[in-house]
Amino acid sequence: MNNLKKKNNIKLLQGNEACVKGAILAGVRFFAGYPITPSSEIAEGMARLLPQIRGKFLQMEDEISSMAAVIGASIAGLKSMTATSGPGFSLKQENLGFAIINEIPCVIVNAQRGGPSTGLPTKPSQGDMMQARWGTHGDHSIIALAPSTVKEVLALTIKAVNFSEKYRTPVILLLDEVIAHMREKVEIPPSEEVEIINRKKPSVPPDEYLPFKPDQDGVPPMANFGEGYRYHITGLVHNHEGLPTSNPQEIDSFIRRINNKIQENVKDIIIYEKYFLDDARIGLIAYGSVARAAERAVKLAREKGLKVGLLKLLTIWPFPSEEVNRLSQEVDLIIVPEMNLGQMVLEVERSVRGNCEVLSYSRVDGELINPIEILGKIQEEIKK
Amino acid sequence: MKAVINNYIREEMFPNIWCPGCGNGIVLGAIIRAIDGLKWDKNKIAMISGIGCSSRITGYVDFCTMNTTHGRALPFATGIKMANPNMKVVAVMGDGDCSAIGGNHFIHAARRNIDLTAIIINNMIYGMTGGQHSPLTPTDKFSTTAPYGNIGQSFDLVKLAIAAGASYVARGTVYHVRQSTSLIKKALNKKGFSVVEIISDCPVSYGKMNKMRTAVEMLKWIKDRTVSKKTWENLSPKEKKEKFVIGEFLDIDRPDYTELYSEVMERAKKMGG
Repeated sequence: MNNLKKKNNIKLLQGNEACVKGAILAGVRFFAGYPITPSSEIAEGMARLLPQIRGKFLQMEDEISSMAAVIGASIAGLKSMTATSGPGFSLKQENLGFAIINEIPCVIVNAQRGGPSTGLPTKPSQGDMMQARWGTHGDHSIIALAPSTVKEVLALTIKAVNFSEKYRTPVILLLDEVIAHMREKVEIPPSEEVEIINRKKPSVPPDEYLPFKPDQDGVPPMANFGEGYRYHITGLVHNHEGLPTSNPQEIDSFIRRINNKIQENVKDIIIYEKYFLDDARIGLIAYGSVARAAERAVKLAREKGLKVGLLKLLTIWPFPSEEVNRLSQEVDLIIVPEMNLGQMVLEVERSVRGNCEVLSYSRVDGELINPIEILGKIQEEIKK
Repeated sequence: MKAVINNYIREEMFPNIWCPGCGNGIVLGAIIRAIDGLKWDKNKIAMISGIGCSSRITGYVDFCTMNTTHGRALPFATGIKMANPNMKVVAVMGDGDCSAIGGNHFIHAARRNIDLTAIIINNMIYGMTGGQHSPLTPTDKFSTTAPYGNIGQSFDLVKLAIAAGASYVARGTVYHVRQSTSLIKKALNKKGFSVVEIISDCPVSYGKMNKMRTAVEMLKWIKDRTVSKKTWENLSPKEKKEKFVIGEFLDIDRPDYTELYSEVMERAKKMGG
């Protein structure tokens, strides 16, 4: 009986479908979006499944309003999500900033395609890594996760929702066209086995509630609209009461806090995996669909007796600087293959601080990086 | 004894940022009196605004309030209403906020006929940024970015809202404040998308550019330019263009989006699974 149950939970799913499953398991009950390839299957899945569980789905008039509706729904108490691709992600930056400054939990999925502008619909890319970090204006922090398998899409979607609730922040899930559309075997966990994190609620009565006064962990408890706590939310820099402030001390402590609440919790937020790094002389650092090719390249290299390993990044932002620095003390060379002109390699170089050589391997022709070419790069470097 | 409005404002936020003679305060008073007349639970009222002078209104009232991004009050409000249909959701916008940067959201909120009330304070100018013309600045009037006269044709928000699918559409002015209060009250109580445009004055930015530097001059101009619907209908096409016409323009019943969505959930339960 148990085996049968388990068998029924094993599905052949597309990355976008796994994202929908993960979101619903994590408690997402509101989705607003606008059609865009290669993310549309997420909206379609939500449109079909959410009403069945009394969740709300809205197709909005554009990407900007989708982001606005998601924030509104989150403030009204529903775990909320939207999904898009590059051009839509650009449009969402305005209200993404609003969610950051008001610490509104929500998840934004960006199934990356080649850019800039309309770019390459629909070929894979990792061109939005820096936009995920710095796309909206002003000093801010962000969490961004990047799965490399369909199974990880499911798991990291759940993580994304949980992080957004725990840290009161938007979380970006960075897929790419390959991960979004690829089908793989996934075991769907029973809902009772899924860890769920809900936003902290105020423990004080409404007349004592200060909506932006942080607890020890830097995160203020969040009252939903309609629950008896009346307060103000504004895109202006605000004080503990949520009211606009021009007091330099209040401004400084606010801006630092909304950054620090993420930076000071990197141990909880950063997720990575190591392959064959114990005795490696060359370390690959990769993420998203490129990490699959990198993993295969490591296996091929090992078959040839080459001491190569892989650090696969699942959390992209905040960047796992400490882990990369540690790796740089153990290897002679780090190679960073990416489907962009070298975005995360800059963060790797910053973290390595000259401890070892760092090389970028980039591809921007809309084609996947394959294991053979990574292996070729490794062999070329060994020959030097 | 405290005035009615004192029960609804955040006193710590006063004095407000508005210039002397600004019509925003009159509209704030009208909205509060309208809400007071309905005896709504303050905890269940969400008031949402965008960006601009008028959008600061949400900071001054003791509801669940949100001062969002420029032009986006309605989509934020839509998210709140969909997530919690028990909330009474009101969006307050300025003319540029609603009809320029937020124009697309305005027509789609009307098309959905979602149960929200949109109150547009139309002072025919971007005041906060110093007096640039908006899509509601009358033709031939002056602004800092139309120093030789505005050649643009202005939107008729009433017609736009009716064409786009709203359930209730009305217009008032800050001079006719009692009438405006009752129009707002009716709009708030209306199921579906309700729109009230309030013609307002901005002596500092609009008046400065158009030879009406005081609030009194501006209010007199608004008064003289305003006619009732009935009077307006008998005017010549040329005269019609020069007037602000006030009153109720539409009051119909059709299902709002949250009701229709409830049906979707029922259908999904039966058909899906």
